[in-house]
Amino acid sequence: MEIAYAQKKRSPFRQGMQASISIVLGYMPIALTFGLLAKTTGLTLVETVLMSAIVYAGASQYICLNLLALGTGMFEIVLTTFIVNIRHFLLSASLNERMEKDKIWKKIMYAFGITDETFSVAATKEGTVSTSYLLGIIIPAYGSWVIHSALGYVLGASLPQNLQESMSIALYAMFIGLLVPALKVNKKAIWLAVFAALFHSLFALVFKFSTGWAIVSATLLSAFMVEWMMKGERTDG
Amino acid sequence: MDNLIWLILAMGAVTYVPRMLPFVLFEKWSLPPFLQGVLKNVPYAMLGALIVPGIFLVQDDPLFGVIGFVVAFLVAFLGANVTIVVLVTIIVLAGYTAW
Repeated sequence: MEIAYAQKKRSPFRQGMQASISIVLGYMPIALTFGLLAKTTGLTLVETVLMSAIVYAGASQYICLNLLALGTGMFEIVLTTFIVNIRHFLLSASLNERMEKDKIWKKIMYAFGITDETFSVAATKEGTVSTSYLLGIIIPAYGSWVIHSALGYVLGASLPQNLQESMSIALYAMFIGLLVPALKVNKKAIWLAVFAALFHSLFALVFKFSTGWAIVSATLLSAFMVEWMMKGERTDG
Repeated sequence: MDNLIWLILAMGAVTYVPRMLPFVLFEKWSLPPFLQGVLKNVPYAMLGALIVPGIFLVQDDPLFGVIGFVVAFLVAFLGANVTIVVLVTIIVLAGYTAW
């Protein structure tokens, strides 16, 4: 009982930080690898850290390195980045429905920290999401991304291969850990996840949509279809 | 390379705008209830799409992803919190790759 009481008393910021642990862990191998690849692509340490700190979007940073190595022009790289990252619009629009009312400048600030992962953790919380809870998730996640990018650059290939390999599962395990509790109590969530998984496989593997579009179209199609089929049933507990 | 700094800034700008815009746009106008329902569906649909098919492609060995999927699903189904799910899955797969 005392433990339960202590957990209730913990500040929303601390609760957010606790929920962020799996993101911090999950970003580690991806950011380390990014740092390593940036070095082999010929970026300086400062450029590597700046890219992680300013762009802060994993997939597009990897793609950028690829395109730089191929000698692609700046405009094409920026355009590709935009296309890959436009899905954040959907995430922010969805999260906006769940956030507590707050001053617009605070929203403009925390919007920078919205990623697939921080969004997933925040949006699967029951009820309204407070600004401090969201900040508790965002700040450690951001720190992990930037610091591990630098570490990857500095440490280079000296990380044990076996550890890097097994840690590549971390974010997927986190997504499953966030999804399953909802599946147990919410039939609508089952359909949403199953349809989106099928659509995404179809779009990405069969139709060969690009990274950003495949995931956005699969998510939207599933969200629309299930809403139309099961109108009025709640998803947010 | 001076050019690269500009590239990074431009990439940062086109990434930030889609992240920020909904918070500003939907502050003023509210969406019709059906669209609000759709947006509330997004997290679970997104999770489904993020997990599949990516998890099965994460390593060349497809069994790696299958084992990860099953272990994470079972541990989560038994009621463990997300951090435990992540740690147990990593440990099991570290065992699998070492073996």
